[in-house]
Amino acid sequence: MQQTAPADERRVVSPRARAGAALVERLAADLDGVFEDVVVEHQQALFAFVTGLCGDPGRAEEVVQDAFVRAHRALGGYPADRVRALALRPWLFRIALNALRNSLRGRHLQLVLVETPPDGVDPGAGPEAEALRAAERRRLLRALASIPEEQRAAVLLRYAHDLSYPRIAEVQGRPLGTVKSDVHRGIEALRRRMGAEVEV
Amino acid sequence: MAEDAVEAGLRELGRWPAPETLVPGVLRRLGLGCWYAPAEGPLGTVFVAHGPAGVVAVRRESSGAEFEAWFREHRGGTVHPAGELPEALAAAVAAGLRGDGRGVTVDLGGLTDFQRDVLEATRTIPRGEVRTYGWVAREIGRPGAVRAVGTALGHNPIPLVIPCHRVVQGDWRLGQYSGGGPEAKRRVLAAEGIDAGELEALARARVRFHGSDSTRIFCVPTCRSARRITDAHRVAFGSEREARSAGYRPCRLCRPAAAA
Repeated sequence: MQQTAPADERRVVSPRARAGAALVERLAADLDGVFEDVVVEHQQALFAFVTGLCGDPGRAEEVVQDAFVRAHRALGGYPADRVRALALRPWLFRIALNALRNSLRGRHLQLVLVETPPDGVDPGAGPEAEALRAAERRRLLRALASIPEEQRAAVLLRYAHDLSYPRIAEVQGRPLGTVKSDVHRGIEALRRRMGAEVEV
Repeated sequence: MAEDAVEAGLRELGRWPAPETLVPGVLRRLGLGCWYAPAEGPLGTVFVAHGPAGVVAVRRESSGAEFEAWFREHRGGTVHPAGELPEALAAAVAAGLRGDGRGVTVDLGGLTDFQRDVLEATRTIPRGEVRTYGWVAREIGRPGAVRAVGTALGHNPIPLVIPCHRVVQGDWRLGQYSGGGPEAKRRVLAAEGIDAGELEALARARVRFHGSDSTRIFCVPTCRSARRITDAHRVAFGSEREARSAGYRPCRLCRPAAAA
């Protein structure tokens, strides 16, 4: 299945990567002027990631705010070259992961299930459809809570946030092989769990 | 089917929307971002936006939402509602809206050097006095750029605090005002004691300058020195050349003409 891309194809840069490169370029030149753009660009992904990890949107908002404050402090100490070379998204995911660990003070990530997640209710969908979606999401969050925290983070980064395995390895600071097997084991566990619940 | 459902569920989890309080919360903690609050101006409520480096915009709008939309289009970026201005800024802005903007730190970032020069020169015009577009052009060393000065003032992002209403046409007729047209300009000037009718009378009489035959100095008519000239000693001039050939020199306060 795995093929090596031809050399010229490997140089093709995705629009997202190009936009990201432009953002770090501006960031290197004017941290305070451009940081709001960074927050706006990445807040939703970080919030969704941390909510998926801890199941608690209230805690997730605090943790993500902490993560951005830490990121701003760190960027202030980086030379411009280092800022320009940053892959912002994985770097921010890593900071968010650490901020969550810090907020839990070394305790294991304990999933707090919120009965009615206060997310954007789609007014177009009827209340029944919305209730069904919310119930499905709760089931998924409960299933996520049942797998080990490192698998949970790896699965979310792969399937909820579309990060490549090498990027996930970067975020988690773990070897590529471990990350791959954690993603596979994690998603299998979720499928078993969700499938089993349906049959009950 | 269970496999697809799990992956689809995870993808949806990844799109969980963040609360609207998240971004403003980060910016507050870092002291960054642009914030706005309403304040009372001479023509009613205005919205005042400020960032870390000072006031960035003043504008009359009927609602905060409309101000936010205007800001996004004309100043770029997002401005967040603050409820009220920070204490340190509030008093200076209140004075600025009453006609004395000297204590207000303004942030003219994003403007061209020319626009900045025009606005900085305009800030030096004292309350209760007016100058002409040509005067501003000369002050910034671009005497030929009279029209461009008018355009730059028409796009003044911080009206009232930067008193573009104190800049009028070369013959002392009021001219344009982006903050609500000539009628608004007349009312703002009236609020600081300038009678637009008197300026228009000067225009009709083709009077550009007033001089004093005791000091042999000529001024713009609203200069605080010119206002002290008694009727018996006041001399009217229709041009700089007329004043100079009568042996008068320009006032150093209002600089009605380039120094000879």
